[in-house]
Amino acid sequence: MEGDIVQMGAYIGAGMASTGMGGAAVGVGLVVGNYISGALRNPSAAAGQTATMFIGIAFAEALGIFSFLVALLLMFAV
Amino acid sequence: MHRPEPAGKMATMAAEVAGQGDTKMAEAASGKQEAEAKQEQGRFSLTSLALIAIILVMFFVSYFTKTEVSGLQIHPMKQFVVKPLFGGKEFSFYTPTIVTLWMGLAILAVVGLLVLGTRGRAIVPNRVQSVAELLYGFVYKMVEDVSGKDGVKYFPHVMTLFIFILAANFLGLIPYSYTTTSQLAVTATMALLVFFGVTLLGLYKHGFGFLKIFWVSQAPLALRPVLAIIEVISYFVRPVSHSIRLMGNMMAGHAVIKVFAGFAGVMGLGAVAPILAITAVFALETLVAFIQAYVFAILTCVYLRDALHPGH
Repeated sequence: MEGDIVQMGAYIGAGMASTGMGGAAVGVGLVVGNYISGALRNPSAAAGQTATMFIGIAFAEALGIFSFLVALLLMFAV
Repeated sequence: MHRPEPAGKMATMAAEVAGQGDTKMAEAASGKQEAEAKQEQGRFSLTSLALIAIILVMFFVSYFTKTEVSGLQIHPMKQFVVKPLFGGKEFSFYTPTIVTLWMGLAILAVVGLLVLGTRGRAIVPNRVQSVAELLYGFVYKMVEDVSGKDGVKYFPHVMTLFIFILAANFLGLIPYSYTTTSQLAVTATMALLVFFGVTLLGLYKHGFGFLKIFWVSQAPLALRPVLAIIEVISYFVRPVSHSIRLMGNMMAGHAVIKVFAGFAGVMGLGAVAPILAITAVFALETLVAFIQAYVFAILTCVYLRDALHPGH
C-alpha cells in the first residue's frame, strides 16, 4: 500500500516534470523566430549566424532537458 | 461572370483603371484564368476529399473487423533493451552487446565513407569522395568559425565525434537496427571526454587564469560574485545537458515512431493514418539525426573556445 502511494506520487511527479519541456519549446521558438525575422530583414547576413542560432537553441533546450531528466529519475530511479 | 473570384475581380479592376479600351480583352483573359483556377481547385479538393474518404473507410473497416488481441503488441521502450550479442544473461564491461555491434557498424560506415571513399584521390571527385569532402569541409569551417584559428588544432577530435554520432544516428534509422546514441552510457562517455579534455586543456594553457571563465568582467562589480556562482553551476552541468540532449532526442523520437507503430499493429491492415504519421515522424527524425550530431559538435567547439579564451 505504502509503496503504491509512493509509486503513484512518482508517476504524478514525472508527468508534472514533463510540463517543463513546454518552456523549452517556447524558448526554442523564440530563438528561431527571432532568427528568421532578422534573416528576412537582412538575408545576406543570415548565413553567418546559423551556427549562433543552433548554439542558442542548444542553450534554450538545456533547461527543458533537465525536466526530462527529472521525469526519467522519477520514473526509473525512485 | 456571375461569381467572380477575388483575384479575377482585382485583375479586371486593374485592367479598367489602366485603360478603358482594353477592358474587354482583360475581362476575357481573367475569365479564362478564373476557369483554369476553378478547374485546378476542383481537382485539388476532389483529390483531398477522396483521400480523406479512403482514410475514414479504412479506419472504420479496420475498427470493426479487428480481432480482439492483435498479434502485433508493440511496446515502445522495448527497442532500447540492451542484449548480449551471443546469448547469456551476464554482463561485464567487456561483454559484446548489440550496442557494441552497432557502434562497430557505425565505425565501419565511417571508414567506408572517409577512407575507402576517398582512396582514389581524384581531382574530379566521384560521388562518395565528394560527400566525404563536403563533410570534411563542413566540420572544418564550423571549427574555424566557432573556436577560432587556434581551435583548428583540435579539429580531428570534433570531426571524430561528429562523424561517429552522424553515422550512429543514421544507422539507427534503419528498421530493426539499434540506435546506440539512445544509450546514456554512450553519449555520457563522449560528453565526459569533451568536458575533461576541455577543462584540462584550459588549465594547461592558462593555469589559474583559467578560473577567469567564472568571473564575468563586463558585469557590475557587485553582481560578479552572484554571477560567478551561476557560472560555476552552469559549467559543471555542461556534460549532463551535453549528453542527455543527444540521448533524449534520439530515444524520444524512436519511441514516438514505435508508439505509432503500436497503433498500426492494433488496427491491422487498414492502418493508413498511423502509417502516414510514421512517415511524417520518420522524416522529422532524419532531420533530427543530423541536427543533433551538428549540435553536439558545435557545442564541443563552443566549450573549446571557452577553454582557449577563458576571459569574458
